[in-house]
Amino acid sequence: MNKLLLLGDEAIAQGAIDAGLSGIYAYPGTPSTEITEYVQRSKEARAKNIRSSWSVNEKTAMEAALGMSYAGKRAMVCMKHVGLNVAADPFINSSITGTNGGLIVVSADDPSMHSSQNEQDSRFFGKFAMIPILEPANQQEAYDMVHYGFDISEKYKVPVLLRITTRLAHSRAGVNRKNFREQNNGSLPKDLRQFVLLPAIARKRYKILLDNQQNFDRESNESCFNQYFDGEDKSLGILASGIAYNYLMENYPDGKMLHPVLKICQYPLPKNHVERLAKECEEILVIEEGYPLIEEMLKGFLGYGLKVKGRFDGTVPRAGELNPNIVAVSMGLKDTTGNPVPSIVTTRPPSLCAGCPHIDSVLALNDVIPQYSNGRVFSDIGCYTLSALPPYETINSCVDMGASITMAKGAADAGLIPAIAVIGDSTFTHSGITGLLDAVNDKSPITIFILDNATTAMTGGQKSAATGKIEDICRGVGVAPEHIHVINPLKKHHEENKKIIQEEVAYMGVSVIIPRRECIETQKKKVREKSKSKAV
Amino acid sequence: MKKDIILAGVGGQGIITIAAAIGFAAIEAGLHLKQSEVHGMSQRGGEVSSHLRISDKEIASDLIPFGKADMIISVEPMEALRYLPNLSPEGWVITNTKPFINIPNYPDYEALMSEIKKLHHHVALDADEMAHELKSPRSANIVILGAATPFLDIDILKLENAIRTIFRSKGDNVIETNLKALHAGKEFADREVVA
Repeated sequence: MNKLLLLGDEAIAQGAIDAGLSGIYAYPGTPSTEITEYVQRSKEARAKNIRSSWSVNEKTAMEAALGMSYAGKRAMVCMKHVGLNVAADPFINSSITGTNGGLIVVSADDPSMHSSQNEQDSRFFGKFAMIPILEPANQQEAYDMVHYGFDISEKYKVPVLLRITTRLAHSRAGVNRKNFREQNNGSLPKDLRQFVLLPAIARKRYKILLDNQQNFDRESNESCFNQYFDGEDKSLGILASGIAYNYLMENYPDGKMLHPVLKICQYPLPKNHVERLAKECEEILVIEEGYPLIEEMLKGFLGYGLKVKGRFDGTVPRAGELNPNIVAVSMGLKDTTGNPVPSIVTTRPPSLCAGCPHIDSVLALNDVIPQYSNGRVFSDIGCYTLSALPPYETINSCVDMGASITMAKGAADAGLIPAIAVIGDSTFTHSGITGLLDAVNDKSPITIFILDNATTAMTGGQKSAATGKIEDICRGVGVAPEHIHVINPLKKHHEENKKIIQEEVAYMGVSVIIPRRECIETQKKKVREKSKSKAV
Repeated sequence: MKKDIILAGVGGQGIITIAAAIGFAAIEAGLHLKQSEVHGMSQRGGEVSSHLRISDKEIASDLIPFGKADMIISVEPMEALRYLPNLSPEGWVITNTKPFINIPNYPDYEALMSEIKKLHHHVALDADEMAHELKSPRSANIVILGAATPFLDIDILKLENAIRTIFRSKGDNVIETNLKALHAGKEFADREVVA
């Protein structure tokens, strides 16, 4: 048997390659990055000419994937949960247009916020779009669901949401491969107005989506991924979804279940199974990774009077990632633990790497800000967000990709002058350019630092769409050329850099300072690869 | 056979390589395996851990329940202590004694060592020093892996094969020094356990 040891992310990628994928679109984001990276590294994918380079952001990725589907081929688009916010407009509307070639949207949630600013649950977006959602419990299901997801997508001409969480994305296990399927030949949609969402057409398309709901219900009822296991003790029925099912089974080491268990890995909820569980059991315990979505749904279609325990009543904690112990306690089993952590142990938060160019950039900025007052530096998502922590404590905001420039502009509008934005090169092309145009059009008194380390560093050093283009973009958007400066963030240039920063911060208009030095990690990686190629 | 292992260290210290070596060997031995890794933000010099589970039966959870781990393998002494709540009362701690100090409030070294000596079952060794003696300072993680071998229930020959596979692209010299590192760690632990 052709068994591979794969991360959940890699299982999805291999599944897509084997299921006849023609193109994958994504912007890097933990914990989804490794899906696209796997396709990029795959010799098979290269031989099959599968398109896989990075997109500028999740919205462009989603739209390009939809375009590939329009042209009849199978496409996948991958993002982290907050990336789906960026792609929300095309995502929601793609359920109305429907698809032509199979289309799978992968959204990787991050409960407990290991590397994210929130723990939003993408299943709500799937429900909002009224499309089928798949939620694998393990790496094998992640692999199998890609094949299945493309089938469902092509059968009903709708996009399918594949939702995973950090733990599955970054956990490895053996995966059996299926037979390989050829890519689709290109073909236009039968109705060339299918994708034209003018109101008159959109109403018809929406009706088709609504009519399909009963088909999605039927698919869920019949799905091999939704399974009912009977149990003797019917005082409690347990409904466990996705990876939560594994934590449940960890508490049944011999695999024998005391209570009836309904495993849910496909939505909409399988009504026949849920009704059986509700009828036969006195109480239902819901164990789900993420927000209490199933709990809400249960109340919706089974009415009140049903006793449901879960995150709402505190049986399961309202926030954070699950684990086998949390699940054991929610079932009334005994908790286990080892010795406590000795008090001598201190936390070791992530920090900017030794030699990181951002360190010199924020230290120069820190020398200028006190001339005004603290609290005027807006930033967003990237390694540089770590400059919020000691010993730097430079930035005062991190909300979403690109919000540094726009929030600085809004604060300046409110009279906080000068306001400063700190953004990275990849984040700038992701979502910073439009905000810069707003600032230019309003002649806002803001200074924008575009920290150019020539990579998308936080997610592991992916190619940045901005490399070699930043000054041209800024000039093109309308920043005056004399207010665009490239500086070299090195200790030995501290004084001259500080002087440039002082002058530009004092300037009452839009100025851009680009500290440019390669990420120390990608630089080290290049050296390693060089010595490796020598050794071979 | 079932081994639940917590791997601990600081981002960039190579715990994923240890996991990969045990993983290769386990798969070669026909065992089931689940291994959760840490990617993303915490890799930037933060604390990192990996749950590695190998068994001759199907494994349910990707995470090891608290109080159930058979061993903690750590490439850094303070990080070894961080995961004690995961360790079973009979479990072993195999740790490097060389601290990785990238925070201003790193605890007093002597006090830290006395906490480690308090542990019932432990193997503590200066893997950095041993790797240095082998003229392969980057092999400290493999020395630690070697020190864990008496507890793994996996044939040492399979672990050697795993190391050959993992370092294949780096050339014969790198393979040889890492095999030496593996055995140096193993010999240390064998002496400790007998004593």
